[in-house]
Amino acid sequence: MISSIQGLDPPTLRLMSLGLVEGAVVELAGCAIGGDPMEFRLFGACISLRREQALKFLTSPAGSGG
Amino acid sequence: MASIAVVGTPNSGKSTLFNRLTGLRQRIGNYPGVTVERHVGILGVAERRIELVDLPGTYGLSPHSIEERVTVDAVFGRLDGQPPPDGFLAIFDASNPYQSLYLVQQLLELRLPTLVAITMSDAAEAAGVGVDVDALSSCLGGVPVFPVLATTGKGVARLKAALSELHTQTAADPVEAWPELTAAVRPLAAASGVSEAKLGRALLDQHTALSREVDADLSESQKLELAEARTALLAGEPPLALEARRRYAWVREALASIQQSGARHLGVATRVSQFFNRPWPGTLGLFVVMFLVFQAVFAWATPFMDAIDGAASAAVAWTHGRLGDGALASLLADGVIAGVGSVVIFLPQILILFLFVIVLEDSGYLARAAYLMDRVMRSVGLSGQSIIPMISSFACAIPGIMATRVIPNRRDRIATILAAPFMTCSARLPVYALLIGAFVPQQKLGFLNLQGLVLFGLYVFGIVMGILTAFMIRKTALTGPRPAFALMLPEFRRPNLRTVLMQLLGRAGVFLQRAGTVIFAVAVVVWALSYFPRLDAADTERFMQQAALTTAAAGAPADEETQAALENRLAAVQLEQSYLGRAGKFVEPVFAPLGWDWRVSAAVIAGFPAREVVVAVLGTVYAVGDDADEATLAGRLKASTWPDGRPVFTLPMVIGLLIFYAMCLQCAATIAVIRRETNSWRWPVFAWGYMTALGYSGALLAFQLGS
Repeated sequence: MISSIQGLDPPTLRLMSLGLVEGAVVELAGCAIGGDPMEFRLFGACISLRREQALKFLTSPAGSGG
Repeated sequence: MASIAVVGTPNSGKSTLFNRLTGLRQRIGNYPGVTVERHVGILGVAERRIELVDLPGTYGLSPHSIEERVTVDAVFGRLDGQPPPDGFLAIFDASNPYQSLYLVQQLLELRLPTLVAITMSDAAEAAGVGVDVDALSSCLGGVPVFPVLATTGKGVARLKAALSELHTQTAADPVEAWPELTAAVRPLAAASGVSEAKLGRALLDQHTALSREVDADLSESQKLELAEARTALLAGEPPLALEARRRYAWVREALASIQQSGARHLGVATRVSQFFNRPWPGTLGLFVVMFLVFQAVFAWATPFMDAIDGAASAAVAWTHGRLGDGALASLLADGVIAGVGSVVIFLPQILILFLFVIVLEDSGYLARAAYLMDRVMRSVGLSGQSIIPMISSFACAIPGIMATRVIPNRRDRIATILAAPFMTCSARLPVYALLIGAFVPQQKLGFLNLQGLVLFGLYVFGIVMGILTAFMIRKTALTGPRPAFALMLPEFRRPNLRTVLMQLLGRAGVFLQRAGTVIFAVAVVVWALSYFPRLDAADTERFMQQAALTTAAAGAPADEETQAALENRLAAVQLEQSYLGRAGKFVEPVFAPLGWDWRVSAAVIAGFPAREVVVAVLGTVYAVGDDADEATLAGRLKASTWPDGRPVFTLPMVIGLLIFYAMCLQCAATIAVIRRETNSWRWPVFAWGYMTALGYSGALLAFQLGS
């Protein structure tokens, strides 16, 4: 589960309007060669993020990733 | 006629449902000013007829791209040339309920009559989540909900019936996902007459076209009031962040009430998806898929192409047989049939390529390709999102360049636009196919076809040059920080046969229309330029006498065979002194360093507006003259010689010609679309000059080093 978000720059805001907000449950679903970009599952939808962007989303133990 | 807008998230099965609802009663056009495709269909009969508008997919009403802006503008009824909608058909994608609810709830706040269609239930059930239809309806304030299966048509008839009466209904009172926003603008809405929904958006998104329109409707004091409401509501937070937090909090609560979880059973699609989620199998799989596509383009198309070729040759012979050798017969046979036929022959290959591109896109594989290639693209200063425009450009650079609109960063977008025309488009395919078919032996290397391999090499060459170009541009003229990358990955799904066939038919139609108009016209003009002016009788007489003298001096008997050879040589002299021959000779010095004779030069010049014309011109030019005995165009090219008997089409010259076509921007339509998409003449002029220079120097290098 996403617990907090660091730095609200425009790309992060875009991700928030796709549903990556505090309280959303995300699950790491896979990654490309080299572990970047990463793919997350978000209530059935799949979204892919670069590592540096994913790092802005801090998660609490309810889920993994971030 | 009432107009209903179809609104949903991307990949929600929206277009499949739209095609189901309207069938063939639809038109595809463009929204004025922007190059977003506008799909409009007609539904129902007589006075119950309604217009259905399929809007581009969006994740919310705060636009992040040009396509999303079109949707948001259309939804608010402020799109030029488009009447405000009388109602909405909102798509609820059962496999993505989270983002679907976010969008549908916002749409309901506009208070127009709305129906909700639940799509993708089959995919959702396979993933172990079902949607409780009644709970969905009640959590959205009692709006009518229709489960449909667009793939089989189940539930579509009921939805159709409800749609044709939708505009007579009144809107249900929406549920409030963010009551504070509505409360903040309610007094102002009552005072100014602007709707709460519009005011709410104007409060959140400043500096958009919608907020400017709202501003124009407000008095100075009301504007101030809106600004105060904004400050009070946001309390220093970015509006997008606050909106997402508040609305998604509501969505999560609603989700708990509408979802029924069942057993997740792993279908084939899920297993395939899981396999390709692993980094190495995924990337290797991508290369195998692309490679197989290009092998198939050559292998599958051959029988169809042979059939078309045979039919065209037979038609030419038949025409000459019926009408003789006069000007009219020559126009029909050598101009129209040979010219258009030499382009239409590539229809099978183009259709096979389009079939693969459409299937890959429809199955959700192209998005996965973007994700897998992001790292590679990043190393050249682009992002994975540039992959989709580039792959589309293999079919045609025009939809490819239009697909760059999903790239939010302007520098990235322009770099991708400049790289797109390097991708081997279907119009280059005829030229490649002709030259490869004629000059690369039909050989097997193990299980691989040598011709297919050379074609694959040309595709790779185009990709490398395109990426290098983007890299250089990104390092020089368009430097800037690395853009962000976020991509929704649709689940793998079996492409819908109807959708694929409809798109394929549309593409075939566009190609044949071009063959019937532009290429037809060029073929006729080129024929006329090669037919006129005629040698006058005195010239012909002189030629025949001279030839007879030479033949007599050689001591050969004047039989029928030499007579036929003589006539062919006469035709060659005729061609050489025609307008086309003179033009070709005029530019020949420019192209002489590349090893091209005047005929190739003339064909290349004629091909600058549209490159596939080259094949038509070669078809016309070589239909007359001394190589006409050869049955196929490929055979005639092989047989053509310089006056001193050396072959024109040597290996270095053919390689140079292929490089020239791989690089050159010979397509007026692409230049126009670059102009439109970049909104300046600077980029199209640069692209044309740069690519032409690259093509010329590449061909020069190949010929001079090889000879």
